[in-house]
Amino acid sequence: MLEALLEITGLTKAYPGVVANNDVSFTINKGEVHALLGENGAGKSTLVKMIYGLVNPDAGSMKLNGASFVPESPNRARASGVAMVFQHFSLFDALSVAENIALGMDNAPPPKALAKSIEMVSQAYGLPLEPKRIVGTLSAGERQRVEIIRCLLQNPKLLIMDEPTSVLTPQEVEILFQTLRQLKAEGTSILYISHKLEEIRALCDTATILRHGEKVATCIPASTTARDMAEMMVGASFLNPIKAQREIGEVLLQVDNLSSQSAEAFGTSLRAISFELKAGEILGIGGVAGNGQDELLAALSGEMRTGSETVRLKNRAIGTLGPNRRRELGLLSAPEERLGHAAAPGMSLKENSVVTAARRMGLLKSGFINWNATDQFTQQVIADFDVRTPSTHTPAGSLSGGNLQKFVVGREVSQQPEVLVINQPTWGVDAAAAASIRQKLLDLADNGAGVIVISQDLDELLEISDYFCALNEGELSATYLTADLELDQVGLMMGGSHGAGQEAAQ
Amino acid sequence: MIRFEKRLKPSRATTILTPFVAVLLTMIAGGIMFAALGKDPVEAIRIIFWDPLFDSNFADYSRPQLLVKAGPLILIAIGLSVGFRAGIWNIGAEGQYIMGAIFGAAAALAVYPAESALIFPAMVVAGALGGWLWAMIPAILRVKFRTNEILVSLMLVYVAESILASVAQGVLKNPDGYGFPGSRNLQQYPSAFNEEVFANSGMHWGVITAFIAVIFTYIMMTRHIRGFEVRLMGEAPKAAQFAGVSTTRLVVFCLGFAGAMAGLAGMFEVSGPAGQITIDFNTGYGFTAIIVAFLGRLNPIGILLAGLLMALTYIGGELAQLMLGLPGASIQLFQGMLLLFLLATDIFTNYRLRFGGAH
Repeated sequence: MLEALLEITGLTKAYPGVVANNDVSFTINKGEVHALLGENGAGKSTLVKMIYGLVNPDAGSMKLNGASFVPESPNRARASGVAMVFQHFSLFDALSVAENIALGMDNAPPPKALAKSIEMVSQAYGLPLEPKRIVGTLSAGERQRVEIIRCLLQNPKLLIMDEPTSVLTPQEVEILFQTLRQLKAEGTSILYISHKLEEIRALCDTATILRHGEKVATCIPASTTARDMAEMMVGASFLNPIKAQREIGEVLLQVDNLSSQSAEAFGTSLRAISFELKAGEILGIGGVAGNGQDELLAALSGEMRTGSETVRLKNRAIGTLGPNRRRELGLLSAPEERLGHAAAPGMSLKENSVVTAARRMGLLKSGFINWNATDQFTQQVIADFDVRTPSTHTPAGSLSGGNLQKFVVGREVSQQPEVLVINQPTWGVDAAAAASIRQKLLDLADNGAGVIVISQDLDELLEISDYFCALNEGELSATYLTADLELDQVGLMMGGSHGAGQEAAQ
Repeated sequence: MIRFEKRLKPSRATTILTPFVAVLLTMIAGGIMFAALGKDPVEAIRIIFWDPLFDSNFADYSRPQLLVKAGPLILIAIGLSVGFRAGIWNIGAEGQYIMGAIFGAAAALAVYPAESALIFPAMVVAGALGGWLWAMIPAILRVKFRTNEILVSLMLVYVAESILASVAQGVLKNPDGYGFPGSRNLQQYPSAFNEEVFANSGMHWGVITAFIAVIFTYIMMTRHIRGFEVRLMGEAPKAAQFAGVSTTRLVVFCLGFAGAMAGLAGMFEVSGPAGQITIDFNTGYGFTAIIVAFLGRLNPIGILLAGLLMALTYIGGELAQLMLGLPGASIQLFQGMLLLFLLATDIFTNYRLRFGGAH
């Protein structure tokens, strides 16, 4: 019954300074959903890139259906029946669904025939999609459908999916899983990359776990606990954040009827957002990426100015103040994009401290930077937040994602903000570092600060936030006590299966 | 197979080394060019790089000339380098240089023949103001209408040249000049003359100002928050916004600073070595300074050295034209090669060569 589709033997790939994959071997059977599990930087992406022909291995071999399989390019991989849906979509916003699909195919049929087969496939697999829609108007979930249908049109034997649920609402995840189960029933194998353990337990037959580029274990997810799998990924046990009972104080931050046009094409405009944040409170703001998270952070950090009265800090109107004035008043923030936004990659950690701490920490003396004090502050952040770095002179860009995120969070938390707004605090960060960052945010609230956590990781928000609301197409839902929430309700707040849930959420 | 491989981090050694390699490659390629022109390449290179400094026949004249030529190049390049670090590309220093000269000369000629110790300082202010105003045109257009400062500043060079031609034959024309175009000679106007501070050194007030600008800029870029903001804007514009840096203010500051420095250079030139406003007063310092800025790695100390080197190629080039009959264009080509080779060798800062290895 179990017939091997893809046999991988001893795949090895080294980049300067790092071995991405070392002697990795495993087998994917026909009609199997096989999970590839590991932390960021464990080598998952490199491994699938070798299978998809984007990267050539230094050593090792692959067999597809018993025959030697040496994909020199993605074209060759596709011709052999391997298709891949990337985490970051490669779609043109200004073109239609059908045009985008045609561009990604090796020999696209004429437009009319293609539109017809798109409709057929989308019906057959329960993935509603109009071929004529312009991609710029689609939600993230719908864009993913474009990529999936593009793959399915080529009748793949192996479908690789890289972190497919990171951009989906719970309802959309359920639709995707139904599609994947149907494909599996038809005999298609699926290689499913993720670090979301519950998903893997629900969907996958087998899991291969990678750590530091090496295969460390194979397990049956359904009969392994999420905790065990997490410890296999990290290679150590770690503590879950502890949420203490807190005193809730007075209102610190009020946002009232905040609306704004997005500066970018196909960006999201904020629409009449109102909420309050009290001292000692963590407000979680969920939502699928691209629903106004970046714009909301910019409006709170001061990078985007709005009407004076729309943002009030401790009863003072600050909507027209810039980032530095807001920092002086106690409102600090950390944007999602670590490199290039929160920190300058080519500059040292010490210099990156100046980016946000210069004025609030008194590092300036009549315009001149006190580099000694800056160095001390940086060392304090490094020590308190366990940032692994050779020195304060190390460029931010050469730190791993998790370490840099610890630095960015540490830089803001060390300044003792009264209100901290943070977007995606643990995105791309390993489990142990993520747990320690969450603990620091909880500690901050324990000490009486108000914290706003914007995140696409629902588990994270449910774990640490006291109140929960969601952004959907620039609108903010009503706020609920996190403890009272059901997962279904969360999904509807996030916009449900796209468009269907909006009335229900009212 | 040979291919480029990205370095983990930029190599510090190559950052310092590449300018020297670029100079060496320029000598080799230039030598080949001179040979093709039928001249002895070794002799040509020696005349350009060695004779101006050490040949007993020429050194007395050439050594002071080194500072005379390097002064404006360094002053303009220092101004440009600040904007370049922030990703603000002022290509029109030549125009700002011309306007600084016109403003400076006009300030003196307006009160001619009065003598006063205040005249020269007033000219300095006027020169800086002229360059600054000319640079404000691309700055304001960019801030208000999002125009491209590269195109606007470059185009304004040609406008400035037309204004120069106009005033040289019009309002600033020497009334006692027998109808010839060109202003009065400021060298014969004691209050306005930018004299050498030490005789026969070439060290006039413009050279001293250039040295001060080097020190000032070095301190600003390494110690002051404004210099930090400039570097942050160049490294990561979004991080600069996050740090509360106002793009508008930075654009105005960078273009204004470069304009003022170029204006000063023009003013010191017209009141000193050149002496008068003429139709062909400008000689391309504003463009050569771009090469100087990059050759010096946009670093103040580097620019100081690069300015001296570039001045040497000017003087040596003139000497080579005189001694070997080399065409003037071949010297300009030689200077252009320097920038080309610098940019070409620059790739090794971020990449290294790998031989073979790929399947």
